Amino acid sequence: MIQKTVANAQEACEGIKDGMTLMLGGFGLSGIPENAISELVRRNIKEVTCISNNAGVDDFGLGLLLQKRQIRKMISSYVGENAEFERQMLSGELAVELIPQGTLAQRCQAAQSGTPAFYTPAGYGTEVAEGKETREFNGKMYVMERAFEADFAFVKAWKGDTAGNLIFKGTARNFNPNMCGAATITVAEVEQLVPAGELDPNQVHIPGIFVQRIFEGKNYEKRIEQLTVRNRN
Amino acid sequence: MALSKEQIAQRIAKEVKDGYYVNLGIGIPTFVANFVRDDIEVEFQSENGILGMGPFPFEGEEDPDLINAGKQTITALPGASFFDSAMSFSMIRGQHVDLTILGAMEVAQNGNIANWKIPGKMVKGMGGAMDLVASAENIIVAMMHTNRAGESKLLKECSLPLTGVRCVTKIVTDLAVLDIRDNAFYLLERAPGVSVKEIQAATEGDLIISGEIPEMEL
Repeated sequence: MIQKTVANAQEACEGIKDGMTLMLGGFGLSGIPENAISELVRRNIKEVTCISNNAGVDDFGLGLLLQKRQIRKMISSYVGENAEFERQMLSGELAVELIPQGTLAQRCQAAQSGTPAFYTPAGYGTEVAEGKETREFNGKMYVMERAFEADFAFVKAWKGDTAGNLIFKGTARNFNPNMCGAATITVAEVEQLVPAGELDPNQVHIPGIFVQRIFEGKNYEKRIEQLTVRNRN
Repeated sequence: MALSKEQIAQRIAKEVKDGYYVNLGIGIPTFVANFVRDDIEVEFQSENGILGMGPFPFEGEEDPDLINAGKQTITALPGASFFDSAMSFSMIRGQHVDLTILGAMEVAQNGNIANWKIPGKMVKGMGGAMDLVASAENIIVAMMHTNRAGESKLLKECSLPLTGVRCVTKIVTDLAVLDIRDNAFYLLERAPGVSVKEIQAATEGDLIISGEIPEMEL
């Protein structure tokens, strides 16, 4: 079996350098690679471009990298939860490319599948389409969008095995599967790492071929962003 | 009297039909789920990756791995499914979702919509809104008729950066139900006790009024 297991986030981030482009899974704070983010903060990697749907909150998720000014550019679809992000963006310290959420997912998937570009109706006629090729198909206008190019993809799964196979849980799945294999090196952190053979192949969401490094994460906080409950009565 | 936000949602719920897959945006649209009739079968899609979204969990049963697009904790109903973001937007761009309900800052009489950015002031991003409005055949905008400054949000042309072009066909506000066609707003229903004159005064775009305009039923 191909050896993919690494001991921890520190080993998993081997080779990461300033100025690289990183993909990070998660939606809000759900399904974010907490261990990898902590390691990026510890290493104090600078000037990175982050591709991630959101930018965390002020004191968690990618907000931790923003606090230390480690991010040069964010590519996201929605950043409304982070005051420090908004401040850095409006002051011009942080470059931001806001793109439609479906386009973000598809640009990951295009990179994963070796598709250089695709057409989407999202953003046609808006500033998102400025400078991009547009084309009509069956009477409707579309914008050409390109596959992402990234150095590392950091994803979080529920369970994984030593062959790199991954299973996600609930809506913590989100962008994580789409980012697997979409960068030069994909690092998966999982809550439970089991020996190859223990996962039912029928239940695997992402085959190990898309994952280069895998480790069992520690101390997951899994913070809830908006706690909403109903009364039992 | 003008409708409350909950009442706007209540009126929109009447547009939800049996067998529909529905995507609800953040804000007023979220309330629509509370008012859908019990005798019809509807499934709610949330673009972060769930079909068959249920109500908020009971206290103590919340799960950080189970949220909606507003990042709120939710539950999954029997028959629900989870999926990744690319598949979620395959449902949306592939027009498998029957009805999209979302909020707006401005709507123009040509169907243009703006709801993601106020240059220099507020930049939160479009989230899934651009994918939704560019793809859905059936979009209802839920919003207040005027903004906090009292200015009309139903305009001849949008002044804010656009989310989508020529895509909105129906609007439900606190004052009225309107259709958009032939480059104009068509007044269909009035909120109970609200006069046509009040609606005219609150509408900057071209408003077509033909015949008696009935009061809406909630």
